Amino acid sequence: MNKILLFAQLKEQAGSNTLALDVSGKTVKELRDYLESETDLGSLTGIMIAINEEFATDETIINAEDVIALIPPVSGG
Amino acid sequence: MNCEITRDPIKIEEIYVKVVRREAGAVTTFIGTVRELTHGRKTLYLEYEAYEAMALKKLEQIVVEMKERWPGVEAAISHRIGRLEISDIAVAIAVSSPHRPEAYEANRYAIERIKEIVPIWKKEHWEDGEKWIGNQQGTKEYVDGIPEEADLIE
Repeated sequence: MNKILLFAQLKEQAGSNTLALDVSGKTVKELRDYLESETDLGSLTGIMIAINEEFATDETIINAEDVIALIPPVSGG
Repeated sequence: MNCEITRDPIKIEEIYVKVVRREAGAVTTFIGTVRELTHGRKTLYLEYEAYEAMALKKLEQIVVEMKERWPGVEAAISHRIGRLEISDIAVAIAVSSPHRPEAYEANRYAIERIKEIVPIWKKEHWEDGEKWIGNQQGTKEYVDGIPEEADLIE
């Protein structure tokens, strides 16, 4: 099972700060498509994906127990 | 630990002392504060949220990058999260170096980099609404959802 962390507007939209889904074996690109079609998060254009606290590229393959985070455009500072 | 994500008010003196050294002839500090007016719209207060574990790692990565680009600098960065009022300090960066050019340049680099790669978000609260703000500068599009390669370099 993978934990998917949500922040900022995505968290409010989902009404929760985490999703639990088994997405191991998928690439980040496949995860993105899956979330867009199977959840109510809507378009993930512009949202970065981090795996285990590091930014991941579309080709990265997700392993079991990886912690995934959806990172909207940042606005710190 | 020279970087931190904190819920407490930032005290610039505490950050400054982390970088003071006998070798340093210059210390620059940058203090980012909550602005009341943005494009004529009045902010009541801000709310900052972070992916704390990753944000801390990214702040530390920025310090490593600074030391690679400007050997001899020392840096400390604190970012506050939670509810902040007008003029509260949201971020403070202190950089020391033997001579002043490096301290100025590295400090500027740090704040620009924070706005690119550190997972922290702010929500503006106005009199007539609220909104999570993304990418204030309009410099990053991430059209494919992929950060640029430079943003991934450690």
